[in-house]
Amino acid sequence: MNYFSLYNLPEQFEVDLDKLKQNYQTLQKMTHPDRFANASDQQKRLTMQKNAQVNDAYTVLKSPIARAEHLLQLRGLELASEQETVGNVEFLMQQMEWRESLEDANDVASLQLLAKQSDDDIQAQTQALSALLATQTDEDNKTAAEKLREMKFLFKFKSEIESKLDGLDA
Amino acid sequence: MALLQIAEPGQSAAPHQRKIGVGIDLGTTNSLVSTVKSGEANTLADEFGQHLLPSVVQYSKESVVVGSKALAASNTDPVNTIVSVKRFMGRSLKDVTAHWQNLPYQFKADSQNPIFQTAGGDVNPVQVSSQILSALKERAEASLADEITGAVITVPAYFDDAQRQGTKDAAQLAGINVLRLLNEPTAAAIAYGLDSKEEGVIGVYDLGGGTFDISVLRLNKGVFEVLATGGNSALGGDDFDHALVEYVIRELNLDIEIQKRYHRDLMNAAKQTKQNLTDADSSAFVVDLSDGQQLNLNITKDTFNQIIESLVASTIAACKRTLKDADVTIDEVNNIVMVGGSTRVPVVREKVAAFFNKTPLTSIDPDKVVAVGAGIQADILVGNNPDSDMLLLDVLPLSLGLETMGGLVEKIIPRNTTIPVAKAQEFTTFKDGQTAMMVHVLQGERELVDDCRSLAKFSLQGLPPMTAGAAHIRVTFQVDADGLLNVTAMEKSTGVQAEIQVKPSYGLEETEIMEMLKSSMQNAKQDMQARMHKEQQVEASRVLEAMYSALAEDGNELLSEAERKVIDDALNQLAQDAQNADTETIKKSIENVDQLTQDFAARRMDKSIQLALSGQSVDDI
Repeated sequence: MNYFSLYNLPEQFEVDLDKLKQNYQTLQKMTHPDRFANASDQQKRLTMQKNAQVNDAYTVLKSPIARAEHLLQLRGLELASEQETVGNVEFLMQQMEWRESLEDANDVASLQLLAKQSDDDIQAQTQALSALLATQTDEDNKTAAEKLREMKFLFKFKSEIESKLDGLDA
Repeated sequence: MALLQIAEPGQSAAPHQRKIGVGIDLGTTNSLVSTVKSGEANTLADEFGQHLLPSVVQYSKESVVVGSKALAASNTDPVNTIVSVKRFMGRSLKDVTAHWQNLPYQFKADSQNPIFQTAGGDVNPVQVSSQILSALKERAEASLADEITGAVITVPAYFDDAQRQGTKDAAQLAGINVLRLLNEPTAAAIAYGLDSKEEGVIGVYDLGGGTFDISVLRLNKGVFEVLATGGNSALGGDDFDHALVEYVIRELNLDIEIQKRYHRDLMNAAKQTKQNLTDADSSAFVVDLSDGQQLNLNITKDTFNQIIESLVASTIAACKRTLKDADVTIDEVNNIVMVGGSTRVPVVREKVAAFFNKTPLTSIDPDKVVAVGAGIQADILVGNNPDSDMLLLDVLPLSLGLETMGGLVEKIIPRNTTIPVAKAQEFTTFKDGQTAMMVHVLQGERELVDDCRSLAKFSLQGLPPMTAGAAHIRVTFQVDADGLLNVTAMEKSTGVQAEIQVKPSYGLEETEIMEMLKSSMQNAKQDMQARMHKEQQVEASRVLEAMYSALAEDGNELLSEAERKVIDDALNQLAQDAQNADTETIKKSIENVDQLTQDFAARRMDKSIQLALSGQSVDDI
């Protein structure tokens, strides 16, 4: 299933989020089970499957990570079930450092500083990922997959910062 | 299933053929039924003008009594009078007795599910609930002087799969065609949203007798999108009463003997005091003892507020978490809606107003608002309002997962995912020649199996024997618009559809429902058969009607001549069978058409989607 074509969007990493939202509403109005409450069983079944795809596609296309993963999958690179881990030693070293600073950060100010750093990093990585996915060469696709694995670390780190911030907040 | 009238797509039924959809709020304490008349949704009263039906059922040898009469009997005949049965829906007997120690009921000992032994025989929570639903159905049919086509039944947003399934089973047992199970806060949002033509983000704070829900929705051009939902299925106004009783026990030094003996009276006095304090600044907590003495303690509003402070605070904490899940700030919330009788408590309103920084909406009676919203949705679903833009996008309230090694739960579908949703997961065998495997489905947010709710255990059987790890079994979890789970499985390399036996952990098997349905029907077997035959005929004409209009629209464009002929032949056969054949043959014939037209139906849907997204309006297609 190609989620880009389901939403009538160009098959690329950059997505027009307003268009995505607008098409989401259109697709919902066409496929939601409530619109078929009096339809035949066949139609009910069919629209429910389609509507589930519409929902899943929206979740995927909304999120940069899931979107990139889907794009790579359409290009023949399956990441979801792979065992591959991040091989970039420099990146891993940096992650370890950051984790130590997260452990040491116990007040709102230092956690917010970390969150800011992490945001900047995610933004930089997203840009790099976008450039790699744009070329559509095999080599860049592979590098993009590697970047994507790293980005999963970054997002996880970010959510850990947030939950620690929440903990202080409560 | 009720018989449906057929109208051309896009054409509404003539006024005298207007179908009746009702909204039912099946509450813990009270239940209501509503419908839309002359464009307005209102709850329906019984012959004495009462709108609230106490959710109480009394069983005696001769009869079953539902409502206020049963409520009146709950003190004198507690064993046979089931109160607040909603709490037991989809729960195991162990859950029930662990949660509520002082229940007056006689539970059947050797059953995993709670079964009440009453003077009228053994009954389970589904059957008790179906009595309440039947009473509401009768009320609606008497009041509207017509048969109802279908009902939207509300459930707490936080209800899990077993509780939802139980509710739906109860409706089936009561002979009600369920159009949709609708989450209570979403129903309330409809009631307010359509009222005020609201746009933007609204929060629904729903504090009932036994449950607390908070939902955050976005409204946009008639689309109600639930962004997140949270709450606590074991926190409600009853806990306020409880906290007050505890306070009185401490203040008056009541011994355990008195506590036990006067448990009901203490709880009733607490409820009364709580209600008095809505308007008064102080109220006396009074219980008459059998020796002529009296327990009497003056409770001020301030004292009461202090007593329930931590309970209210925990609801506010849940609001905060849910806003975060919805990725919405407090300032972005345009309105906050209050639902449930417990939101009458002034300090609750104050704290909610303070947290959201705005005055909560309370213009619709908090007891009725859920039923009103359900009535509006029901009217649309039966097809009375074809031009309505309203659409509800609801979410899965609790994550679905599977048991993995070491008693851990792996999440398959996270909470707050928009439903319907389908997710597939692959499994493999771990022994050579293995032909079966067990799958354990759980619902909840915790990591350990023991901390989540067990929904079902099933075995995949008939797998082709292969070496360990060679089989790839794809298990698909599908959650429908009612929030109900369905599981299918297939071995990928061979395409073998594995047999699944879903055994609900706490609930009823399909066959049990059928049994109850049969025994509950007083009419003879013949009536059943006649009804089923009629239903198949109606379904056949519905299928034919839909296919003829589909073929007229797209037959030439989307089908080759050969494909067209196959479909035409099948339709002719079905038309003949519908007239002359027996029930089973009609059913087979419908299935045949269904099978042969699947591709065509899928092509039509894709075509209309492409057209819609390329800029044409849906009406032009």
